Amino acid sequence: MRTIDEEALNDITLGSTILGSGGGGDPYVGMLLARDAIRRFGPVSLVDIEEVPDDANVVFIAGIGAPGVLIEKLPRAVEYERVLDELERFTGVTYEYVCPIEAGGLNAVTPFATAAARNLPVIDADGMGRAFPHLEMVTPTLYGGSATPMVMIDEHGNTMFLESATNSWAEAYARAAVLASGANAASALYPMSGRQAKEWLVRGALSMAQDIGRTIREAREAHVSPVHAVLEKQSGVLLFTGKVEEVERRNERGWTIGTAHLSGIDGDVGHTMTVHFQNENLAAKRDGEVVASSPDLIMAMEIDTGEPIPAEEIRYGYRVAVIGLPADPHWRTEAGIELSGPRRFGYDIDYRPVEDAVALT
Amino acid sequence: MSLRIGIDVGGTNTDAVVLDGRRVVASTKSPTTEDVTIGIRAALTEVLADVDPADIGSVFIGTTHFINAIAQARGLERVALVRLATPPQSLLPMIDWPDRLRGVVGDDVHIVAGGAQFDGAPLSEVDVEGLRDVARKIGESGVRHIALSSVFSPVNPEPELLAERVLAEELPDVSITRSTLVGRVGLLERENATILNASLLELASRVIDGLEQVVASTGIEAPILLSQNDGTVMTLERARLYPIFTIASGPTNSMRGAALLTGIEDAVVVDVGGTTADIGLLQSGFPRESTVALSLAGVRSNFRIPDVLSLAIGGGTVIADDGGTVGPESVGFRITEQARVFGGEVLTFSDVAVRAGADPMGDPALVADVPDATVAQALRIVGERVIHAVEKAKLSADDTPVVVVGGGGPLLRVVPGLEDLVVPEHAGIANAVGAAFAEAGGEVDRIYDLSGTTRAEVLEQAKAEATALAVESGADEALVRIVDADDVPLTHLGGGSAVRVRVKAAGPFAHQPATTPEGN
Repeated sequence: MRTIDEEALNDITLGSTILGSGGGGDPYVGMLLARDAIRRFGPVSLVDIEEVPDDANVVFIAGIGAPGVLIEKLPRAVEYERVLDELERFTGVTYEYVCPIEAGGLNAVTPFATAAARNLPVIDADGMGRAFPHLEMVTPTLYGGSATPMVMIDEHGNTMFLESATNSWAEAYARAAVLASGANAASALYPMSGRQAKEWLVRGALSMAQDIGRTIREAREAHVSPVHAVLEKQSGVLLFTGKVEEVERRNERGWTIGTAHLSGIDGDVGHTMTVHFQNENLAAKRDGEVVASSPDLIMAMEIDTGEPIPAEEIRYGYRVAVIGLPADPHWRTEAGIELSGPRRFGYDIDYRPVEDAVALT
Repeated sequence: MSLRIGIDVGGTNTDAVVLDGRRVVASTKSPTTEDVTIGIRAALTEVLADVDPADIGSVFIGTTHFINAIAQARGLERVALVRLATPPQSLLPMIDWPDRLRGVVGDDVHIVAGGAQFDGAPLSEVDVEGLRDVARKIGESGVRHIALSSVFSPVNPEPELLAERVLAEELPDVSITRSTLVGRVGLLERENATILNASLLELASRVIDGLEQVVASTGIEAPILLSQNDGTVMTLERARLYPIFTIASGPTNSMRGAALLTGIEDAVVVDVGGTTADIGLLQSGFPRESTVALSLAGVRSNFRIPDVLSLAIGGGTVIADDGGTVGPESVGFRITEQARVFGGEVLTFSDVAVRAGADPMGDPALVADVPDATVAQALRIVGERVIHAVEKAKLSADDTPVVVVGGGGPLLRVVPGLEDLVVPEHAGIANAVGAAFAEAGGEVDRIYDLSGTTRAEVLEQAKAEATALAVESGADEALVRIVDADDVPLTHLGGGSAVRVRVKAAGPFAHQPATTPEGN
């Protein structure tokens, strides 16, 4: 067990932007929410999943909504403080541990707001090892874990208790409800036991976010390339170095969908890359050939500063390194690829591990 | 009426230049004074010695005065922030501000029910009675400036407008800056800009009164224009209400000036002033803009402004006696009293550079006793820092030229490793030259209904309209271009029936500006 203070929170926030794979929402707002909670209630404990008793009650805490909404209709602490009480009222169970559903983006840190207020530990794990746009796209789904009973509450005083037939139905109902409430709500979902958490979750996901954040921070301080530091530390692959020439982007059914077109610079002069995104970056093609795809992580980082550039923000003129990081082994299975691979998002391509791209470049 | 004057009011020096086209007719550099108008008067008097004021067609002014006020937290007024949202809010306005600045601007935050959803629908009804209570509290506190924001006001400004009317009714003598007029989507960043603007209003009013008086006193009757962050100009009337739009004009002017003085359009520009060296990249004659959320003196902003790296190296930078420490302290505008070459006691970067053979200033004999080892050590440190920053500013390992401007620019010639610099004639007044060539702009900011049309079509329509407005303000039709385009779908969850489009076009003045060019 260790304590998460403000510096650790800053590192997790920066690293979670990389794990967001272009999506997951701007963690700055989540960081402010968590920092505010830590300042009011004191530091939060982060526990290794092995420290969690098998019979403990564990639950994900997550914000649900649209990234473009959260920076304007800001999340409020009161919802994160109340959401777990509501689930307990619904299920009659007391939860001893909270955990992020995704270590990528804003939701890496939203559980800290609940944990600080309730004086509960956060588990160093998550249900993705990255960010995904649908709430059924989590590792517990691969093992039969259920998203419900779940609870979702908003700032207008609405509370929704949900029991669903499948996790896809939970996604459909939650999406409709969050849209009705104005695209920003807090939820507690996927209640599970400690034993299930150990079997189902991506271990060490928050430590990984913190490591990546620290690597970028220290590289900046030492004036060395943050991009190369991250690649080295995380066994990543440099997929492309280029300048953004054009971005096609549209908002559809609550998602930011589009393609960024890059032309090569440095070692990639004369080559092109397209990065295809639906909230998250889901596929990257070099000269038309797929070099990386979901569930592996694809991220654009500004060349000089290493600043992660989300799909919502990437635009003409940016000079970026596109990197690929291998997905957690939970995802690299037949069931994992079926749930989160490129075909799941409508791309007619086969998943290939990002390491294979090394041979190409 | 064919000449133009460019004035740059910096933290250390006030520069003025009289230009006939691109030809420098007269120029001067004089110290910035506590009351900036004294320095401006001195500079104008000097450049007008052989010029008939009646020949001046326009006066362009760029100033870092307002960003310096924010950085030093002085000259700022206390501000009350009113946010329309659902109470209680957790992420309050000014949440991430430096303590010193917050101490000066105040912590007077009021949350009142109101605001809009992402699609413009009301979040909750505006609590008018609550607003009246807040107005009473603000009235009692004696604060004279309000910054007003509302959730999703860029999508639906009505709640903010209603609140403005209510607050103005209750507090007729208090200024109100509305967030929609200052920033874009991103509530905290928009509020930051709104609060800073409100806080600067009285200083802006004093400075602009002074500017008008001092220019008029020299017999010039031409229009006076102020540089904005994006390289276009605004009228003084508008600058009184929106001083925040001038705060990043310094780097824009110096980089534009470097391009105009050298004819080099792609370069790393190093602007060496009294306190800092600002390093940025010039691409096709314009500064490269920042790609990430930027901090203005520690306050997060979402303005599009040049990507500039500041080093604590300037003419007034203090050097330790053994040369082993360079800065970050600087004697700033007191260089002419405190630097050794001017008879002072403090060893500065100017002193070691003059000792090493840079263009003389003051009395070089006064630094003759500075040991060689001190000079070598200090110059080595300066060289390392500048070279590193230049390498960072470059986007690739090519032979991009490095252009040095600013009052302290020529000092870099004696620094080892920096022998290949381009130091143009008149390097010291590049900012004033850049200011004088600020552009005419035109902006469209409107909500378009998408029924029967497409996003691409309305974007094209807005671009054409912004271009026409820029031309109307005086931009050269052949050279006008789109400098910023931004569209926000107003129903981004389920359809897409309306879009808020902001487009800005800009171009160089085809002829002298008319009396009221609009750079908004």
